[in-house]
Amino acid sequence: MRLAALIPILATLLLAPLTASAAPGDALTIPAAVQIQPAELVAMLKAGDTPPILQVGFSVMYQQAHIPNSQYAGPGNKDDGLLNLKSHVDALPRDKLVVIYCGCCPWEKCPNIAAAYKQLTGMGFTQVKVLYLASSFGADWVDKGYPVTRGG
Amino acid sequence: MSRVLMLALLLALAANASAQTPVKLKPGDVAPQFTRSDLQGHPFDLRRGKVVLIDFWASWCAPCILAIPHLSQLQEKYGARGFQVVGVSMDDSASTTKETMRKIRFNYPVILGDAKLGNLYGGVLGLPLQFLVGADGKILATRAGEFPPTALDKEIAAALKKAGPG
Repeated sequence: MRLAALIPILATLLLAPLTASAAPGDALTIPAAVQIQPAELVAMLKAGDTPPILQVGFSVMYQQAHIPNSQYAGPGNKDDGLLNLKSHVDALPRDKLVVIYCGCCPWEKCPNIAAAYKQLTGMGFTQVKVLYLASSFGADWVDKGYPVTRGG
Repeated sequence: MSRVLMLALLLALAANASAQTPVKLKPGDVAPQFTRSDLQGHPFDLRRGKVVLIDFWASWCAPCILAIPHLSQLQEKYGARGFQVVGVSMDDSASTTKETMRKIRFNYPVILGDAKLGNLYGGVLGLPLQFLVGADGKILATRAGEFPPTALDKEIAAALKKAGPG
């Protein structure tokens, strides 16, 4: 095998710690029972039955497009982002339904959503719903024609 | 008074324009031009004449990070034939990107993206996201999500062949 062909393999091994540190939580650990599908949330929005919705991803994505009336409360992969999330929900009753979402990247690679879910359940919230976005917010929400607000 | 009204109207139009739905780009569309300083301290200008791979990435995007060595390898392999990778970081801050750049070797320019640049490219609302742009400035391919880098190699080779000797 040529040295050039080995470079990506070696790089992958060397970069593994970097990517692991960027993924404090694992979305695959989020129970299916607490996941909510995009169409379900759209139905809730249409019914006017809107719970607090929090985007726990990255602000540059929130600034481009987000779910109407959702608030930016991230990023979940950083301590200050989790504090931001805490400040958004601290005053809410612990049995209040709260929806969180990210969609920065494919579900199983998301560095934010599991950490945010863990933060909320750790605070005692019993009605947390996590929006399941398989590929991304763009592909699974915006491209489906679901409602968005543009701009920060 | 009429000037004040005109100014108010223009401001309202400008605000509305900034909130307009970004146009989703597809193969055959002209890649939007942009000029920025890269984080290595050089000006970067997306001009026609080169086959360019625009790689939207971020430090928090694990698949993006794993792709960087492959992109560096492609830059090394095809750079002399008129191929250029440009990394557009969608990190929330330059310091985060620079920290990543201290850990990973980039042999191509990296610029800091933002919502404005994201919207220019149809909305960067999920990573990884790439645009392969031909020497004529038209988009040849777009890719969202994870994909094997071998496919990219073939597309670049084909684009360079089409562009002719650089």
